[in-house]
Amino acid sequence: MGLFDKIKSAFTGTEKKEEPEVSKVSELSEDSDVSEVADVTDVPEVSEPTVAKELTSEPISDKPLADPYEKGLKKSRVSFTRRLNELLANFRYEDEEFFEELEDLLIESDVGFEATMYIADTLRYEAKVQNMRSMKDAQRVIVKTMVDMYGETNPDHHVFNENKDGLTVVLFVGVNGVGKTTTIAKMAHQYIEKGQKVVLAAGDTFRAGAIEQLRIWGDRVGAEVVSTKQGGDPAAVVFDSIEMAKQSGADILLIDTAGRLQNKKNLMNELQKMKRVISREIPDAPHETLLVLDATTGQNALNQAKIFKETTDVTGIVLTKMDGTAKGGIVLAIGKELGIPVKFVGLGETMNDLHPFDTEKFASGLFKELIAQTN
Amino acid sequence: MAFEGLTGRLQDAFSGLRKKGKVTEADVKDVMREVRLALLEADVNYKVVRDFVKTVREKSMGEEVLGSLNGGQQVVKIVNDELTALMGSEQEKIIFAEPGQGPTVYMMTGLQGAGKTTTAGKLANYLRKHENKKPMMVAADIYRPAAIDQLQTIGRDLDIPVFSMGDQVSPVEIATKGIEEAKAQNRDVVIIDTAGRLHIDEKLMHELEDVKSAVNPHEIFLVVDAMTGQDAVNVADSFNEQLNITSVILTKLDGDTRGGAALSIRAVTNKPIKFTGTGEKLDAFEPFYPDRMANRILGMGDILTLIERAQQEVDEDRAEEMAKKMRENRYDFNDFIEQMDQMQNMGPLEDIIKMIPGMNQMPGADKLEVDPKDMAHMKAIVMSMTTEERENPELLSQKRRRRIAKGSARDIAEVHKLIKQFKQSKDMMGKMSKGNMGGLDKMFGGGVKGKLGKMAMNGASKSNNTHKKKKKIRRKK
Repeated sequence: MGLFDKIKSAFTGTEKKEEPEVSKVSELSEDSDVSEVADVTDVPEVSEPTVAKELTSEPISDKPLADPYEKGLKKSRVSFTRRLNELLANFRYEDEEFFEELEDLLIESDVGFEATMYIADTLRYEAKVQNMRSMKDAQRVIVKTMVDMYGETNPDHHVFNENKDGLTVVLFVGVNGVGKTTTIAKMAHQYIEKGQKVVLAAGDTFRAGAIEQLRIWGDRVGAEVVSTKQGGDPAAVVFDSIEMAKQSGADILLIDTAGRLQNKKNLMNELQKMKRVISREIPDAPHETLLVLDATTGQNALNQAKIFKETTDVTGIVLTKMDGTAKGGIVLAIGKELGIPVKFVGLGETMNDLHPFDTEKFASGLFKELIAQTN
Repeated sequence: MAFEGLTGRLQDAFSGLRKKGKVTEADVKDVMREVRLALLEADVNYKVVRDFVKTVREKSMGEEVLGSLNGGQQVVKIVNDELTALMGSEQEKIIFAEPGQGPTVYMMTGLQGAGKTTTAGKLANYLRKHENKKPMMVAADIYRPAAIDQLQTIGRDLDIPVFSMGDQVSPVEIATKGIEEAKAQNRDVVIIDTAGRLHIDEKLMHELEDVKSAVNPHEIFLVVDAMTGQDAVNVADSFNEQLNITSVILTKLDGDTRGGAALSIRAVTNKPIKFTGTGEKLDAFEPFYPDRMANRILGMGDILTLIERAQQEVDEDRAEEMAKKMRENRYDFNDFIEQMDQMQNMGPLEDIIKMIPGMNQMPGADKLEVDPKDMAHMKAIVMSMTTEERENPELLSQKRRRRIAKGSARDIAEVHKLIKQFKQSKDMMGKMSKGNMGGLDKMFGGGVKGKLGKMAMNGASKSNNTHKKKKKIRRKK
């Protein structure tokens, strides 16, 4: 037995026991699995059988609706509204269980943890202070709280900042796999359609195939791509791309960066350096620093937004993969706590599926029926 | 490191409880409300949370907990046990084809951007290193531009063959031909990389079913981003329903996610998590141990993973030699550099420190950040010393130090600091090893029940002194 095994056995107590245990478990695992399945599926169904069926039997898209928001959010809205009403029908103002169920419902609807707790706490408080008894009152409070929250998350400066007299520089940042490169391609396509000259900078010199990916997109949409070899200095690519965009009289420069987890200090420093290079070459650039967020991300999106804002002064968010089942409710909390507006949403795979974000549409998409009811 | 936020919240929840001897029903109720919020905030699926809280509450209401003298501890233990159960209790091994049945076939599936292609490379590398396999990767992502290029680059870096047929051929054909090719080349594992797709995209999900029935894989891995929110369960459920996945690989666990997906997926799909991706490098890939993860979540460290990482990176004979050197006070700058390299290979220093039981409760431990550049600077300083200076630090006069500062392009103060730190740690090592190395396993022994385990559970401030000493050593390295 080597040194490390000795140390290890000191922690586990015995070293010989382990092996037979493992094999025993693999034999037993089938039995225990069965009982676990039963447990997990049984419990929630008892408490809300109609709800579970609602969710699964809901068709994914009934008819192609004209409005992409409507289309994307229809499913969630119907079940959410109905369930909220069902829940409110047994509004028990003093019953903690009622509030916990409400919290579960909001969290499942992807409203986000902070927003959920805020809504539930407001209702708890109002129920006590106003001595509320009726379902109508409860509903009114919930809707009002939600609408107020959306109001707060809708800062005035959600318009995309374009440099009218020259080159607009946009820097894209975010964690790995959120869709930065694809978003750049979509945006490039839309600007080229408008008759503008677009330059792309392949600033992701780390991930295998990233440069090639951007190059292929550049060819497809008709944008020039500035790049170096894999492993090269991304700040140098940024510098070159600015020179090149200036010389060729381009209207817009979109800079791709490698995905990085926000807790990697050295990678965040690298990003800061890239930004410094941009500002040194063009004083008021980058005109936009867009944080790309995956709508399926949970609470961690808040950390992402916070740290990326600290290091690169993010000016807006692109919310991608909104065509799935996630609703991206976390952007509420981000808007409320950090004041970063969502500027674009990705709603599909095609080049035209990047849309300017409309807070009101997003909000009313989720809560339209509810608001109409109470008015 | 993932889960830290959750750890912090749970520890806050338990802090009041730990001080109590006897626990009342109301205490348990209060704590479980906090636990519930902590789990929800960590993105654990709300149904899973509901069941979890119910189970723990029921078990904690029993006589042996409420009546006993250390009821608080027992509640913590119940939470630990249930967390482990939630994640699947035991580590489950990867499945291989029976001998003589041809190559083992794996399929990587998942949403866009989950990390399938990188994970395919990591898995291939892992199987070659630890299971002595000869893997081949198959590029069946024909949709994302340059996906094939990405896999080929990874294959080149790892020196593992990649089979591809361009992006004009159907994934089914690529997969089947890939397996034929693997047989011809005498490869025993085939890893098929597929395109990312939404779980509600019927056409593309159907395509995966076709690939599945064509190649009959031994494992279908669902690759899931550990940062996924409540939607994780929808995704896992749909993939499982349509493909009957065999296991899950969690990626991006090196972020600061609270990791709710890890806790929910097993409970909802009943499919085990077998591996985790823990960094950007292609060897940042580890088997998933539910019990260790539960310990880590509850802030009890993960000493086993720490030892295993050391085992991987450090040559045992060299380590024994090094220990001998320390005992005999012959430890020099060459050893220092060697150890520093080994430490770096084991992963970010702040992660390593947090695997030591009790460490995460140190004030300021959460803010401890080590810039890899600092390590590089230290190395540069040592590299600017002559061979004699490295072996005998006593030689380092002011004049020599100035030369070293110039040579390494560092400030003279930094050189002084490093040499001072080196001497201090050398002294301490001498003392520690001359004392009783034998006492060390008493201190660590018995896992959670051992002294350190108890310290971690109590979060006792009286033991802070020992912690501090340790931290100093680690930092210097």
